[in-house]
Amino acid sequence: MKQEMVDRIKNDPDFIQLVTVRTKFAWTLTIVMLVIYFGFVLTIAFDPSILGTPLSAGSVTTVGIPVGVAVIISAFLLTGIYVRRANGEFDELTRRIKAKAKGE
Amino acid sequence: MKPILFLLLGSAGIFASEALTGAVEKQALNMSAIIMFLIFVGATLGITYWAAKRTKTAKDFYTAGGGITGFQNGMAIAGDYMSAASFLGISALVYGKGYDGLIYSIGFLVGWPIILFMVAEQLRNLGKYTFADVASYRLRQTPIRTLAAFGSILTVILYLIAQMVGAGKLIQLLFGLDYEIAVVLVGVLMILYVTFGGMLATTWVQIIKAFLLLSGATFMAIAVMAHYNFNFETLFATAVQMKDVSIMAPGKLVSDPISAISLGIALMFGTAGLPHILMRFFTVSDAKEARKSVFYATGFIGYFYILTFIIGFGAIVMVFQNPQYLDLAKQAVDGGSPILGGDNMAAIHLSHAVGGDFFLGFISAVAFATILAVVSGLTLAGASAISHDIYASVLRKGKADGMMEMKVSKVATVILGIVAIYLGIAFEAQNIAFMVGLAFAIAASANFPILFLSMYWSKLTTRGALLGGSLGLLTAAVLVVLGPTVWVDFLGHAEAIFPYKYPALFSVSAAFIGIWFFSITDKSDTAAREREAFEAQYIRAQTGIGAEGAVEH
Repeated sequence: MKQEMVDRIKNDPDFIQLVTVRTKFAWTLTIVMLVIYFGFVLTIAFDPSILGTPLSAGSVTTVGIPVGVAVIISAFLLTGIYVRRANGEFDELTRRIKAKAKGE
Repeated sequence: MKPILFLLLGSAGIFASEALTGAVEKQALNMSAIIMFLIFVGATLGITYWAAKRTKTAKDFYTAGGGITGFQNGMAIAGDYMSAASFLGISALVYGKGYDGLIYSIGFLVGWPIILFMVAEQLRNLGKYTFADVASYRLRQTPIRTLAAFGSILTVILYLIAQMVGAGKLIQLLFGLDYEIAVVLVGVLMILYVTFGGMLATTWVQIIKAFLLLSGATFMAIAVMAHYNFNFETLFATAVQMKDVSIMAPGKLVSDPISAISLGIALMFGTAGLPHILMRFFTVSDAKEARKSVFYATGFIGYFYILTFIIGFGAIVMVFQNPQYLDLAKQAVDGGSPILGGDNMAAIHLSHAVGGDFFLGFISAVAFATILAVVSGLTLAGASAISHDIYASVLRKGKADGMMEMKVSKVATVILGIVAIYLGIAFEAQNIAFMVGLAFAIAASANFPILFLSMYWSKLTTRGALLGGSLGLLTAAVLVVLGPTVWVDFLGHAEAIFPYKYPALFSVSAAFIGIWFFSITDKSDTAAREREAFEAQYIRAQTGIGAEGAVEH
C-alpha cells in the first residue's frame, strides 16, 4: 500500500468511524463475555454452594444447571449480536472506504 | 485395568479428557462398527480423490483455494474442536461427576466469542496460509517466522501425540484391533488425506464427521429425554437416586481462584493460538465469511456440549448399575459398579442402550472418523509451518516456487505422519494427560501474544516479539514440567515445585510484559521502520484492502 493511500484512508471519516465504533463494540462484547465466564468460575471457586442450591424446594435441579446453560447460550448470542451488526453497519462502512480508495 | 476416570479427575486436571490415558482392555472384534467405518473410509478416500484433482496450486493445498463458505468452515472448525476424546471424555466426566462436566465444557467454549471479536477478521485480512504470515507481517521474517513455526510445530506435535495415543486406545476398545495396528492405520489414512487432498479434503472430512457426530449425539440425547417425557427434573431425579445429590452441584474441578483464572486464560487464549484452528480462517473468501464461521462454530460447539451433558446423565440412568454393561471381573476386585472399558466408554454403552448393536456400530465408527479428521487437520497445520514458514520464508527468503513449496509440504506431511505414528507407539504406556494442557499453554503464551499485539499494538518490534514470545514459551514449558502434571504424575516426584496445574496466568503475563518491555526499549532503525509500517497494516487489517482473495474453481 502506498503511503499516499495510507494517509488518505486514515483521514477518511468513514474509516475513523469504522475503527472507533467497531473497536469499542468489540471490546464491550469481549468484556461482557469475560465478566460472564469469570463471574461463573470465580463464583464456583469462592462458593460452590451457590450454584448447588435447588431451584425450588424439593426439586433436584440446581441453580447451576440453568446458569451453566445460560453461559453457553450467552456465548452464542454474543457472537450473533456481533455478526449481525458487522454484516450490516460495518460492512457498509468498509464498502464505502474501499470504493473511495479505488475510485479517487 | 486402571480406571481411566481416576487419572482424568486426578491431578492431571482439566485437559486430561482430551488425552485418553490409562491402560485399556482390548475388546472383541466389533463387525458392525468395522463395516460402518469402512464405508466412512471409502467415502472420504473418494472425497480425497475428488479434492486431489482440484488441488493444483499451493493456495489450493493450504486453503482449499479460499472458497469454503462461512457455514462450511464453521462446521469444520467445530469438527476440529469436537475430538473423539472430547466427546467421550466430557460425557465420561458428566457420567462420573455430573455438574463438573458442564463447567469443564464451558471453559472450552468461551474462547470463541473472543476470537470473533478480536482476531478472526483481522487474521483473514492479513494472512495468506499460516498465522505466522500475520505475526511477521511488518516484522523481520526470519526470526519471527522461525519462532512462530516453532510454536506451531510444538503445539501440533504435542496435540498429535495426545490424539494418537487416544486413538490407539479407543480403537482397541471399540474395534478390538491391536494398539499398533490402530495407530499405523490412523497415521496412514491421515497421510493419504492430507498429501493428496490438501485442505479441501481435510475440510470435507471434518465437515462430514462433524455432521455425523452431531446427528448421532442428537439422537442419543433425544432418546434419553424421550424416556423421561422430555422432563429434565425427572431425568436428574432418577440420576440422583442412582448416584447421589452431589452430581447436581460443582465439585472439585475448580477449587482456588488462581487456578480458575489461569485455566480460563489457557483455554481462551490457547484456543486463539492453536495453529490448526487459525489456519481455517484462510480457507474462506473474506472477513465476512470468517466472522460467520465463528458464529456457526460457536453454535455447533455450544449445542454439542449441551448434548454431551444430557448424554452423560443418560449414561448415569441407563448404563450405570445396568448389569449388561457391568465389568464383573473388575467389580470382584475393586467393588463398586465399574463399566466395561472404563468410564470413557459411558457414551458408547449408552449408544447401545438406546439404539442397539447397529447404533453402537455407528457411534464407534463416528468416534474413529473423528480421530482421523482431527489428526489430519493438525498434520496439515504442522506441515504448513514447515513448508510455508521455514522452507519458503526463512530458507528461500520468500522466493520459493509455489509448486516446490507444495512438494515440501507433502514431504513434511509424510514425515510428520511417521513421527506421529512413532511417538504414538512410544508413548502408549505413558501418562500423557499433560500434553494437551502443555499444547494449550504454549499456544496461549507464545503464539497468541505475538499474534494479538502484531494486530493491535503499533509499537511492537521484532526484538520485543522474539524475546517476549520466547519468554512466554519457555515459562509455559518450564512451569508445566515443574507443576503437578509432569513433576508428580509423569516423573513421579512426591511434591510439585510449581504448585499450579495451569501456568497460563503466569506465562501469558510473562509473554505480554516481555514483548512490551523489549519493544519499547528497542531504539534501532529497523524498530522505527516497523512502527511506521503499522498504519498500512492496520488499514488492511480493518478494511481488507489488499487482502488475499479467493480463487475460482
